[in-house]
Amino acid sequence: MNVPLSHVLAVASLLFAIGALCAVSRRSILMILVGVEFMLTAAGIAFVGASLAWGNLDGQAAVLIVMGLAAAEAGLGLALLVHGRRSGGTASIDDYNRLTGE
Amino acid sequence: MTALGALFYLLSAVLLIAAGLAATRRNPVHAVCCAVVAFIATAGVFVVLGAPLPGVLEVVVYAGAIMVLFLFIIMLLGLPVGVGAVPAARLVVPGVIAAATLVALFALIGVDPVGRGLLPAAMASPAAVGTVLFGTYWLAVEAVSIILFAALAAVLLLGRAERDAGQQGGSAA
Repeated sequence: MNVPLSHVLAVASLLFAIGALCAVSRRSILMILVGVEFMLTAAGIAFVGASLAWGNLDGQAAVLIVMGLAAAEAGLGLALLVHGRRSGGTASIDDYNRLTGE
Repeated sequence: MTALGALFYLLSAVLLIAAGLAATRRNPVHAVCCAVVAFIATAGVFVVLGAPLPGVLEVVVYAGAIMVLFLFIIMLLGLPVGVGAVPAARLVVPGVIAAATLVALFALIGVDPVGRGLLPAAMASPAAVGTVLFGTYWLAVEAVSIILFAALAAVLLLGRAERDAGQQGGSAA
């Protein structure tokens, strides 16, 4: 199909860098979660490309497992955001320092 | 260049542009809508790379469930809305680190001789993927199900705690 594996890996690493940039530079918890989702998706593209290059299906199975983990992570992160916001906090990451249980 | 190769580069361009827009929009609704476009393009990339089952699940799970949940949370909480892009000054230091990481990654990808060969045009059947998933990786699937259940319990606890505290405060008053 005329695409070398290196180009697939290049797309995956570019997407991973964009996601990491989003997760590091944004202050809103919501956008940090979106950045983490991009990073997980980049890993999925690398998995699928490698799965095609070596001709076995383990990479696609790994993508499905990562997808389940990402769903759990997004749900829990958003629940934390809702909880913090309801108890009088903001959506900014700088104000999330009360998980110590004081 | 074959049609599949051209489709891969087109979808990759859409994916990277939408992801870059999502990473820099200050309005959270705009950012999440760009992320939806990026995830749908990712599903297309998966299908082009011969993985229809992860592609369909990418649309269903990511673009259909997770991103809609993000939109619901934005509407529920009334998050502060910004206009335009993130200020460039905030992106400088992370951008330099990300660029250095990218240079290192591209160097690693470039020296790999496996990466130069062209990928075959193959399409994995969902039944075969399911056989591998529930055969070789059944333990990981069970672990993911337990993790999802634990996340469900934690979300229920986090969502309920505040209401209980309010009721106790109400009865005490």
